[in-house]
Amino acid sequence: MTSERADYADLPGAAGYGESEAIQKSYLRAGHTLRSWFLTTDHKRIAILYLISVTFFFFVGGAAAALIRADLLTPQGDLLSNEGYNRAFTLHGVIMVWFFLIPSIPTTFGNFLIPLMIGARDLAFPRLNLLSWYIYVLGGLCTIYVLISGGVDTGWTFYTPLSSMFSNGHVVMAATAVFIVGFSSILTGLNFIVTVHKLRCPGMSWGRLPLFVWSHYATSVILVLATPVLSITLALIAAERVFQLGIFDPALGGDPLLYQHLFWFYSHPAVYIMVLPALGVISELITAAARKPIFGYWFVAGSSIAIALLAFLVWGHHMFVAGQSMYASEIFSFLSLAVAVPSGIKVYNWTATLYKGHISLDPPFLFAMGFVGLFVVGGLTGLILAMVAIDVHVHDTYFVVAHFHYIMVGGTVSAFFGALHYWWPKITGRLYNLVWGRVTAVLIFVGFNLTFFPQFILGYLGMPRRYHVYDPHLQVLNDMSSSGAAILAVAYLIPFVYLFYSLRYSPAAPANPWDVTGLEWTVPSPPPKHNFDEIPVVTTKPYNYPVEQKGDGDA
Amino acid sequence: MSAHIRLMVAVWLGLLLLLALTVGLSFLPLGDLSPLASTGIAAAKAALVVWFFMHLRQDSGIIRLVALAAVVWIAILLTLPWIDFSSRHWL
Amino acid sequence: MPDEALHVHEPYQTAAQQAEADTMGMYVFLATEVMLFGGLFAAALMLRTVHHDEVIAASRQLHIWIGTANTVLLLTSSLFVATAVVAARTGTRRLCAGGLIGGAVLGLCFMALKAVEYYSEYREGHLPGFGLPAHFSNGAEHLFMNLYLIATGLHAFHLAVGIVLLLSLAARVLWTSFPLPERSITVTLFGLYWHLVDVIWIFLFPVLYLAR
Repeated sequence: MTSERADYADLPGAAGYGESEAIQKSYLRAGHTLRSWFLTTDHKRIAILYLISVTFFFFVGGAAAALIRADLLTPQGDLLSNEGYNRAFTLHGVIMVWFFLIPSIPTTFGNFLIPLMIGARDLAFPRLNLLSWYIYVLGGLCTIYVLISGGVDTGWTFYTPLSSMFSNGHVVMAATAVFIVGFSSILTGLNFIVTVHKLRCPGMSWGRLPLFVWSHYATSVILVLATPVLSITLALIAAERVFQLGIFDPALGGDPLLYQHLFWFYSHPAVYIMVLPALGVISELITAAARKPIFGYWFVAGSSIAIALLAFLVWGHHMFVAGQSMYASEIFSFLSLAVAVPSGIKVYNWTATLYKGHISLDPPFLFAMGFVGLFVVGGLTGLILAMVAIDVHVHDTYFVVAHFHYIMVGGTVSAFFGALHYWWPKITGRLYNLVWGRVTAVLIFVGFNLTFFPQFILGYLGMPRRYHVYDPHLQVLNDMSSSGAAILAVAYLIPFVYLFYSLRYSPAAPANPWDVTGLEWTVPSPPPKHNFDEIPVVTTKPYNYPVEQKGDGDA
Repeated sequence: MSAHIRLMVAVWLGLLLLLALTVGLSFLPLGDLSPLASTGIAAAKAALVVWFFMHLRQDSGIIRLVALAAVVWIAILLTLPWIDFSSRHWL
Repeated sequence: MPDEALHVHEPYQTAAQQAEADTMGMYVFLATEVMLFGGLFAAALMLRTVHHDEVIAASRQLHIWIGTANTVLLLTSSLFVATAVVAARTGTRRLCAGGLIGGAVLGLCFMALKAVEYYSEYREGHLPGFGLPAHFSNGAEHLFMNLYLIATGLHAFHLAVGIVLLLSLAARVLWTSFPLPERSITVTLFGLYWHLVDVIWIFLFPVLYLAR
């Protein structure tokens, strides 16, 4: 499906607009009952279940964002009350972090693709996989309950002593919801780790794994080691509210910073849970678009592991102005600068991969390019924030808000859309309209920058985060940001149209529509329930594209 | 099998001995060495349980790596906040 | 022994591969449990670092001999469970069931002793929370007892789960045709969980009872 072909009707395997044989024999048609979907242990069906759920929560969290940006159109707090605004940004954060970003790529594309990419029939623990989805749904239902009954006002960070002692929102229920969904994360991570260690097909050595698998492996290490600390921290807040058994009460000699240490011990690695899978996706998209082997495979693979390890050593940079000791702050600052290095390595290697590649401007590639640009901005501003002397001025301002949205939204959400546009033919067995895909990619990039770049300036000028009342001379920048949000909202909705259209009306996809490497492209689109008729034996290196040598004829 | 069980019993006796040691030491005025001693002895007991009772000595390298990772990570969780709390009032 | 009898299921090819995956999965789960309790140990370390003298004084007030007895009970229960695992691997059903039951019974004794201990602390006015009438000399002692109750309570919860697992497995070994040694992996996995609960207590005991 290269960009030279605008009309896909003449593609191999574009057998017309009915259901192809591949679709009829695929996992999608292996069982029609509700039971066969809701009690499935097929990783591909579970991935679809997750895809629907995380998309649902993406829009709930997005609705909260819409409320926020609408209120910020004017400098007065006139749309929501102060309390209401607190609840809006808390809901936005809680839902987006735990019910969208953290599960997004791993539970959808990770679940679907990892067994296919390593030549296995399923994950190591298929029933645990299904259980993890039900746990996710349970946590989601608790969150919906919190939403309907009025919400919580503490911010997604649940800082004490507001959360443990003084808040009158539904803190315990919100903490319970997140506690529950944490188990879903842990089980997913556990499943991936054991799968990658134990279920690789013959010949699939560590050095032949797709980089998508490496990054999900690294993500899983973080999932299993960090999430339990969040669990105990939330349990401690609940214990203080429900049983009056607290350890954070300042009046008794407790330290709110103990809470922050425990919370950020998880929550900083959590942001790498959110971005590492995206980095893995981008590695796949870039090699596919360039039709070249990745430059420096081991450096890119190793950088995922390095990020996962260093991620655990930097959390104190969230506490530079909280009263943390200056010595601890300096240690955390230095380590925070270090953790940017492996991310930088990835960006350099992607760039080198594209150099002299045969690039095709298909939607996945456009999303990948958007990712690289936005991730670099986000990453560089992270370095800025890592320096204590600067952070003292911009902590808790919109500068920080812009930084993390550049990575989370500009980065992870772009990668999510890129993955969706790349693997859609594999997952659904349908091609889609590439022109609309390109339009969406460009619109997302434009809308995103309009939304979030002004926020860097707002933060620099001193606008605090989590405030809906602000100095009137900042209104123009806020209005630019809100307009951008409107464009983004439209851009996120457009794919629903053409992707759903494709399910019904587009031609069937061949096994390898992009003509790329990877075991997942050797099975039909969509794959049969058992993935492989025979377990493959791998004999070639990954990204085994022909590389032109000097003097190999002219272009 | 009986040799195996004899080994388990020997480990158990060692554990009881270490328990007696740690309780006994708690009555001595060790000052700042006291937490080091009690944690060290606890680590020794845990090592015995993990190596023999959980038969880590028979398991593969990757399993041992997982066990080691748990130790390293809890060390991170304990050490860095401790650096903060103990250095707050320097200078 | 054909793989069907060993209950090899998708996506595994051999029983050995499945057993290795199961063992690794259990160890990863145990690592998550270590990190869960790790948060409580971090809190304890903080308390001790910042409120050194009050924590030591509060620790002295705990019932060290009950704690010691409980440690003996758990260590012995681990011996029983380790024996059960050895027996499972050699197919010695009655010894296996006996080890599991013995371990569970000792775990129940631990819980009983813990209940006695909580009750006497309540009578002394040292059990916090729940609106109980408790009197503490200072804030840090109150915090210490809060942490004590949370930590031992969470541990007791894990112990209770372990007791249920051991007893249900013992019942299967004794009264059904649970195939041993073919499915000894199940006994091994439950045993690993039990030993971890023991290891957690091995650290909780000095941190709470022996802070000097």
